[in-house]
Formats: sequence, C-alpha cells, structure tokens
Amino acid sequence: MDAAALAEQIKTKFPNLVLEAGVNRGYATVVIKKEGVKAFAESLKNSPGFEFNMLMDVTAADFLFWEEKENRFEVIYNLYSLNQKHRLFVKALVPETDTTIDSVASVWPAANWYEREVWDMFGIVFKGHPNLKRILMYEEFQGHPLRKDYTYNRRQPLIGPMN
Amino acid sequence: MGPVMEGADVEKFSFMTTTLNDAIGWARKYSIFQYPFVTACCGMEYMATACAHYDVDRFGAGFPRFSPRQSDVLFVVGTISHKMAPVLKRVYEQMCEPKWVVAFGVCTCTGGFYDNYATVMGIDTIIPVDVYIPGCPPRPENVLDGLMKLQAKIQKQKQEV
Repeated sequence: MDAAALAEQIKTKFPNLVLEAGVNRGYATVVIKKEGVKAFAESLKNSPGFEFNMLMDVTAADFLFWEEKENRFEVIYNLYSLNQKHRLFVKALVPETDTTIDSVASVWPAANWYEREVWDMFGIVFKGHPNLKRILMYEEFQGHPLRKDYTYNRRQPLIGPMN
Repeated sequence: MGPVMEGADVEKFSFMTTTLNDAIGWARKYSIFQYPFVTACCGMEYMATACAHYDVDRFGAGFPRFSPRQSDVLFVVGTISHKMAPVLKRVYEQMCEPKWVVAFGVCTCTGGFYDNYATVMGIDTIIPVDVYIPGCPPRPENVLDGLMKLQAKIQKQKQEV
C-alpha cells in the first residue's frame, strides 16, 4: 500500500479521531487528538491490513514560539508493520494547559523507555505508564531540558560550581 | 644548634637529596599506572595511542589498572556530564597519593563545543588537573606529547615519599 492510500484509509477508519492525514516526506502521517490515542494504537496494531506491530520511536516536539500552532506539544509515534512493510507517523496534539496523554506501553512494551524519555525531556505525563520516572537526567534535576523555555545555558550541577 | 654548614658541605648535602629526588622522579615517571576513565569518542584515540603502533608502553604507561586504588594517573577521556561528575570525583578520591590527572580531549578541558544543560564545563571545576591535552579528539602524537609533559612534570616536582 502506498503512503497516500494508507493515510486515507486510516482517516476513513477513524473519522472522529484523525484531524489531518497526508504524506510528509514520503511517509504516511496522521495528526490525531490525544484523547483516543490508546484505542487508536490498539486498533492500528491489531487490525488486519494495518498490523503496526513495531513501535520504532516515540518522541515529542515543542512548538512554543510557533504562532500558527494551536497546541504547544506534539507527541510523535513512528510505527512500522513488519508484515505489511509500511510505516506511519502519528502526531498527537498536546496543549500546554494539559500536558498529559495516555500511555501506549501496554500496547507496545517498547514504549516504556521512550515515554520515560519524553517525560524527562519535555515533561509530558503518560497516564497509565508502569514506571514514569526520569531516564536520562538525575532525580535532582529541575524542569525539562528540551522545552524551548528551558534556557540553554541553565546548569544544575550535582557537584562543583555553577558553570 | 651547631655551626652553620658552609661551602662544600652544603653542596654535598644537597647533592644527596636532589639526587634522591631525581631518582624517585625518574622511577615514577617511567612507571605510570593509568586509570582510563573513558566516557566518549576520545576513547578511540586513547586506544590508538595505547596500542602497538604508537605504544604508550615506550613511556612506561602501558599498564592500565581498572581500579583507581592501584593507579597513579587518572586519564579522563571524553565528555563528563553532570550526572557522571560525582562518579569521577569519587574515583579521584579513591586514588592513592601521589596521583596526577590528565584531561584528555577538549571536552574534559573546557566542555568543548557543548554548552548545555548536561555537560560539565571542564573537569577542573571538580578535580585538579595536571596536564591538558586539547583536541577533538587529540591525535596520538598530541597525546604522547601530553604524556611526555606529564613525565617532565613528575620528574621536576618534589617527590613526597
């Protein structure tokens, strides 16, 4: 299935959830509301024809200074089907006022550490995650360093001077 | 208090002590047991230097000890993050005197091109450093140059026994 047809199929299957569907740099990409992300994930994994049985990446993007973006964050899932050999990018919109989203760790166990990383770097809370704590930074670290309002030279050393 | 030693006597006496100092320095500079604290890409260059082609064994430094308690020189090779900093400090504190520290690569010297939330801007903010070897990464010749400078420093200093 080519990327455009895949995106279109997903849009017709989930008309209420999918806001945009299209092809971005050759890959099928859908933008969804964050509320239904878990049911959406389960369905994508188990529906014949889609069979996205491999979660390759979960990351996020912060669009703080983008005036055209209504929602500050996007959580981005990179899905691949080993059977169908097709790939899909899912972007879930997360507003600044409520930085939570359902965890998909119960659907794809690979999401466990990815979601911890997104929590660590962007401060997005994954509801239902089995062990949501920092994965890269230390426990004493304040804030989330990949947020655009985290000043790039703000330092929080465990020992030594503030340099 | 006896009479003050003069002329030939003093020279004889200082000849003995300085020669002992030199002898210990000579022994120490040619038996450097190093602890390679390798965290990043500079490790490759460290390996290249340590292996047969450049061969740090020519300088008596060919015997890495993987316990800080058995080593004389701490080679800090690669970027040190704030999360790693307490570990580095602890390793340094576990080493016995006399001990020396070599900052290997520009990240350990100054933080290098990193200027962000994660990186320590030079390990000399945490532990004292004897020799800085800049470079990203430094070439093996540069490392050997740094090693020889460390040897010169060891030779020159007052040897605590």
